[in-house]
Amino acid sequence: MVEAPDGIEGQGFFATSLDTVIGMARANSLWPLPFATSCCGIEFMATMGSNYDLARFGAERMSFSPRQADLLMVMGTIAKKMGPILRQVYEQMAEPKWVIAVGACASSGGIFDTYSVLQGIDKIIPVDVYVPGCPPRPEQIIDGVMRIQDLARSESLRRRSSEEYKQLLASYNIE
Amino acid sequence: MALSNEFLLEKLQNQFGEAILGSQQVRDYLNVEVDASKMADIAKFLRSDAELNFMYLTDLCGVHMPEQTGKELGVVYHFHNLEENYRFRLKAWLPIQDPSIETVSNIWDGANWMERETFDFFGIIFKNHPNLKRILNVDHMEMFPLRKEFPLEDTTREDKDDRFFGR
Amino acid sequence: MQEQSIFGEEHVIQDERQLNTLNLGPTHPSTHGVFQNVLQMDGEIIVSSEPTIGYIHRAFEKLAERRPYYQVTPITDRLNYCSSPINNIGWHMTVEKLLQVETTKRVDYMRVIIMELARIADHLVCNMVLGVDSGALTGFTYMFQERERIYDMYEELCGARLTTNIGRIGGFERDFTTGFRKKLEEFLAGFPKRFDEFDRLLTRNRIFMDRIKGVGPISAERAVSYSFAGPNLRAAGVDYDVRVMNPYSSYQDFDFMVPIGTAGDTFDRFAVRQSEIRESLKIINQAYSNLPEGNFFADCPEFYLPKKQDVYNSMEALIWHFKIVMGEVDMPPGEIYHAVEGANGELGYYLISDGGRQPYRLHFRRPCFIYYQAYAEMIKGQMLSDAIMTMSSMNVIAGELDA
Repeated sequence: MVEAPDGIEGQGFFATSLDTVIGMARANSLWPLPFATSCCGIEFMATMGSNYDLARFGAERMSFSPRQADLLMVMGTIAKKMGPILRQVYEQMAEPKWVIAVGACASSGGIFDTYSVLQGIDKIIPVDVYVPGCPPRPEQIIDGVMRIQDLARSESLRRRSSEEYKQLLASYNIE
Repeated sequence: MALSNEFLLEKLQNQFGEAILGSQQVRDYLNVEVDASKMADIAKFLRSDAELNFMYLTDLCGVHMPEQTGKELGVVYHFHNLEENYRFRLKAWLPIQDPSIETVSNIWDGANWMERETFDFFGIIFKNHPNLKRILNVDHMEMFPLRKEFPLEDTTREDKDDRFFGR
Repeated sequence: MQEQSIFGEEHVIQDERQLNTLNLGPTHPSTHGVFQNVLQMDGEIIVSSEPTIGYIHRAFEKLAERRPYYQVTPITDRLNYCSSPINNIGWHMTVEKLLQVETTKRVDYMRVIIMELARIADHLVCNMVLGVDSGALTGFTYMFQERERIYDMYEELCGARLTTNIGRIGGFERDFTTGFRKKLEEFLAGFPKRFDEFDRLLTRNRIFMDRIKGVGPISAERAVSYSFAGPNLRAAGVDYDVRVMNPYSSYQDFDFMVPIGTAGDTFDRFAVRQSEIRESLKIINQAYSNLPEGNFFADCPEFYLPKKQDVYNSMEALIWHFKIVMGEVDMPPGEIYHAVEGANGELGYYLISDGGRQPYRLHFRRPCFIYYQAYAEMIKGQMLSDAIMTMSSMNVIAGELDA
């Protein structure tokens, strides 16, 4: 159950600000795209399972198509060969979108400081939440999703068209 | 007749003579070193001879030993005869200026990708391989990463602070 | 008319029909891992395919040349990460072979219990995901709970769930705790019944059998030629199991069967894995009830970290601890190939040591990498959904594919 935000209540109506309502709706119905490459993907499967249910947080429908997803969960090592593909998937997602880097390999390259591994996905796409761990426990992944929920709930409706956001995307060379 | 180290060596030496450069018992495996130019015939013999009948190629990998001049790159084959449960190791050394050896992927299909991986890591050319291109690394990579002179880390990084890495 | 296509093969285009190219890309659902297949299709039938791998190449072999022997264990974890204890224990056995260290019987039996638990976990994942790929999500939800129980047991022994880094060179870091014993006994008591429920859900299910019978077949000769190993090879009818042919860690003491299939198709692979889970349970029962007394580590102070109480009280233990952790122990030079029966087949470690603190060359003989080559041949002439089922049933783990 989600708590109602502050507002004016009455018989048959509830008045609050648009930002709050939309934030609440977005935060509690995030559709994740599990971009699972390696071991963290198996911990994600455990998170999806019945013991550490992720569906409680609104993430019931895993979307594998980027066009229909809100949250890109990058789980596992991203090699340099995979980089362009991750970028393509990110660009295909529609705004508003959030990115969570699950695991040490996605956050910073992890234990693989080698010539073939991308040292962190924030080299190619902007990341909102980093979940460290190798692999992180399901409770940590859920904590990461809850932080994304906080971000989604408190985000201003104008953020995605603001100058600051456009500069952020430009710094990654994303149109 | 059951396969044993002596039987195998005898058969190989009878068939190929000087192409068998040497053999050594290293722990529980017999290491046989052969001349790389005769690899095609040796492989065909190992597979098709009725008494040897090595139908299973367990592994094919490469080694780089820069101190052995003239024989820096090596290809190591592990063979297994499933019926007799006998295994042995075969090595063929190649010079680094011209590392090419005949492919065995027409005899054992499993060798196809194993040879591609060896080419990707060491640069050993397998003649008459159906599709010799890089398999694990990016296609446009120029160096052969598992050779000893190639560094492990990515050399184009700017964000690693040398103070923390002891350099 | 014959045409040379970009794939290097000849495509016969009959009756002016054109072939479709479909990219079964690196990101596809049913989280199997990242590999790409470009399919040439004639309608729904697959004419040819070209696989591309390497999307998760992490350079394990190069990395291992830079790390002392103990630090290689976490790398081996990430090979087949669904059953990482098998990889760890296989590596430790390889090093013990190099050092000529004999482990006690108790260590052997403990290793067998852990390895068989890992094998159960891996086969469960493979069969669960095979169900999910055909739309049967219930099996996944129920059986993942069993995997959680196995994770709990690993956590008791080594602290980690998935990438366990379990054991030491010469044995284990601690004996089986009371918590572990309780969990293992509960597991052994309750698992067979729950597994039977899962079995009844899928094995003789009309829809499931229609989906997987006759799909993705491979004959025994082709399988041996492609150097298949493990359940995939046994489903094709070849009786090759490393635990039986070259027994290690006292496997010869146990009485178990090796299930063999006949047709080498997806149904046989599924059924072989189901039977292997039951056989693994038998082995664990035998090992646990006959667990011999003794030390849980071998007598090799130069390579086995000493107990913390000794490190704080005795000078010798302190020196050994220092040398082992800094990786300054003298390793003998040598060349070893050791194979264990991983969940996917013969997982081999080829180690060349030149006497230094790091391996000179370490090569992993990865079964997934070797048998995935045959995928193109197995799906030729099948339909697209069959190709997905074949891929799931082969249990391709991306970590082992690319290393």
